[in-house]
Amino acid sequence: MTEAVLETKKNAAMKLAGLARREANGEPDWLLDLRGKALDQFQVKGLPDRKVEAWRDTDLGRLKAMDFQSSTRESDFGGVERLEDLRFASLDCPRLVFVNGRFSTELSSDADSLGGVTLGGIAKQADANGSVRAHLGELSKWQDNAFDALNLAMFEDGALIEVQGGIEVEKPIHVVFVNLSNGQNGPFVVNPRVLVVAGESSKVSIIESHLGSGEGSYFSNAVTEIVTGDNATVDHYKVQLELESAVHISSLGSVQERDSNLRTTVITLGGGLVRNEINSVFAGEGGWSELNGLYLVDEDHHVDNFTRIGHEKAHCDSREMYRGILADSARAVFRGRIVVSEGAQQTDSKQTNNNLLLSDRALVNTKPQLEIYADDVKCTHGATVGQLDDDAVFYLQTRGISKEDARVMLIYAFAGEVVNRVGVERLREELDSHLLKWLPRCV
Amino acid sequence: MLEIRNLHVSAEGKEILRGIDLKVNPGEVHSIMGPNGSGKSTLAHVLSGREGYEITAGEVDFKGQDLLDMKPEERAREGVFLAFQYPVEIPGVNNTYFLRAALNAIRRHRGEEELDAMEFLRLARSKAKLLKMDQSLLSRPVNEGFSGGEKKRNEIFQMSILEPTLGILDETDSGLDIDALKIVSEGVNALRSPERAFVIVTHYQRLLEYIVPDFVHVLDRGRIVKSGDKTLALELEKRGYSWLREEAGEAQPVA
Repeated sequence: MTEAVLETKKNAAMKLAGLARREANGEPDWLLDLRGKALDQFQVKGLPDRKVEAWRDTDLGRLKAMDFQSSTRESDFGGVERLEDLRFASLDCPRLVFVNGRFSTELSSDADSLGGVTLGGIAKQADANGSVRAHLGELSKWQDNAFDALNLAMFEDGALIEVQGGIEVEKPIHVVFVNLSNGQNGPFVVNPRVLVVAGESSKVSIIESHLGSGEGSYFSNAVTEIVTGDNATVDHYKVQLELESAVHISSLGSVQERDSNLRTTVITLGGGLVRNEINSVFAGEGGWSELNGLYLVDEDHHVDNFTRIGHEKAHCDSREMYRGILADSARAVFRGRIVVSEGAQQTDSKQTNNNLLLSDRALVNTKPQLEIYADDVKCTHGATVGQLDDDAVFYLQTRGISKEDARVMLIYAFAGEVVNRVGVERLREELDSHLLKWLPRCV
Repeated sequence: MLEIRNLHVSAEGKEILRGIDLKVNPGEVHSIMGPNGSGKSTLAHVLSGREGYEITAGEVDFKGQDLLDMKPEERAREGVFLAFQYPVEIPGVNNTYFLRAALNAIRRHRGEEELDAMEFLRLARSKAKLLKMDQSLLSRPVNEGFSGGEKKRNEIFQMSILEPTLGILDETDSGLDIDALKIVSEGVNALRSPERAFVIVTHYQRLLEYIVPDFVHVLDRGRIVKSGDKTLALELEKRGYSWLREEAGEAQPVA
C-alpha cells in the first residue's frame, strides 16, 4: 500500500512513511490494526503547512528538505562509557535506554528491580499488558495530528512505565533516547514513544531525555502519553538536547483523573527545528496541573511550544509558566490555549510566558488563548518579551561584578524561576552546569 | 584620593555639570547639597561610571588613576562604592549570593583569598546585625519586595561588606524616617576611618546632624557656588538656597 501511494504522491510525508516502515515482529492484531489506521490517517493528512492555524508561526521547511535515507541506522552505541559522557544521560536513577529508537538491554537498568512498577519496552508488552492496549494511542491526537499518526504507525519501540496503585516510586525513572548520528547514516527518522500509567494514589517522577550524539541530521518524532489515576501524582520532565541539525517534534497527551496531580516540565536545549505540543485534559474534579517550560535558543534555531489545557471538570487548578532565552537570530513561538468547558466551575488557571531577548535579531511570537464557557472561573494570563535590565546590570557592576558576569547572573536568575522548580536534584545540577556553559557564549 | 578638575558633563545634549572642582582627601567627609536639578545625582552617577553621560571637559583622578577611563566594575574594585538613590530590584538573584560574588571579585582584584560560603555568611550576619537588618533579607532576591527603608539599609549593608575607600551616598537619607536615618548613619559612622572618605549627596540638612561632614559644598546649576564647613549646612537650613544667588549678584529666585 505504501509503495502505491508513494508513486502517486511524492511529497515529504509519503517519503517519511515509506522509509520509516517497520516490520511487524509478531505484534498483536489490535496493534497492527491501529497502526494501519494511523498510517492511513497520516497519508490523508500529510504534513501540516502554515495555513493550518496551529502551525502558522512554524515553518517545516527544514524537515521537508531532509533527504531521508533508508534505514541504515546505527544502533550499536559502543558501550556504556560513551553514554556516560553525554550530559543528562546519567542521573543516578533506574533508566531505560533506546538507541536510535531501539531498546538497549545492555544500557538499561534491570527492569525487575522496582517493586510495583512495570518497566520495559512497549513492543514486548503489547500482547500481555492490558494497560498498553487500553491506553496506547488513546491520549495522543493521532486523528488530528499527522506527527502523532506517523509515530503510532511507525514507532519501533518505546518505554512503558506502569505504576501500581498505592506505590510511591522512590527514585525517578529515566528514559533516555539517544540519537546517534555518524554523519553517514542519515538523515534518518526515529519515533520515540513513552506510555506512563500511574495507578490510584501512586507517585512517580519520570525524566525523558532526548539526546543527540555525533554529527549529522535526523528527525525525532516523539510521543508521550500519561495517564494520571485518581489521587496519583506524576512529575514528568522532558529534557531535549538533540544535535543542532536535528528536527525534534514531540507531542504529549495527558489525562488526569479525579484529585490527581501532574507536573510537566519541558526543557528545550537543542535541535535546529523544535516543536513541543502538550494536550492535557482534566477528566475528573479536584485535579492540579503544573506546566513548566524553559527554552534556550541560539543561532538560527526555531522552537515552538504549543500547549492546550482542557478544563473539562470543575474544581481543577492549572499553573503554566514557560520561559525562553533567545540569542543570535533565534526564533521562538509560544501558544498557550486554555479551554474551560461549560461545567468546569471553580476553575483556577494561571498562565505566564516570559521571554528574554539577548539579540536584536531574535524574535518571539507569543499568544495566550483563553476559551471560557463556564461563568465561575478565575483565569489569568500574561506574556512578556524583553531585554536584560540595563539598570540591573549597572547596579551589579558598581559592586565589582564584570558586565559579562552581571549579564550571566541575570539571565541565570531568569531561567532559575523554572530550574528551581525541578524536583530532581541531579537533573537540576545537570541543568545548572549546562546553563553556565551555554550562557557566557550568549552575552 | 579623589580630585575632580573642571568637570563638564552633558546628557542628551544638555549641559548638566559646568565645571566642577573638588578635592577629597582620605578620612574626609564631604557633603554636596543643592536644590533639585542642580546636578548632584549626575555627579554621583558620573563618578560611578553610569552610561548615558558625555564628559565634555575636565578630569577625575582617583588614587593616581584616571577614574573616567575605568569601567564601573573596575572603579568598584579600586574602592569606589555608590549607594543608589533608587536601589535596583533584581528578581531571582539572591542577596547573599550576589554580594559574595561582588566581594570575591574585589578580593581577587586585591590579590586576597576568596571567601567560601560559610565564611561569607558569618561576615554577612555580623554586619546585618550591626545595621539591625532583618536576617531574612539576606536570603531574599536583591531588593525585591524590600521597603524603601530596607533598600537603603541594604545599600549601607553592602558598603560595610565591600569596605570601599570612597563611599558615595546619593540621597541615601531621602524617604527615611528618623529611626531608619539613625541606623543608616550609625552604619556609615562605623565605617569612618583615616583611610576612607565619603561624598554624601543630600537634599536635607537633617542627615548631617548624624553624619557630621568636614566640608559642605553647595551645587547650583552645575557649579559649586559655595563651600564651607558644617555651619554652612545650618545656614542653608535657615535661609534656603536663594541667598547664594543674591550673593552672587543674581536676582532671579531659585525654583
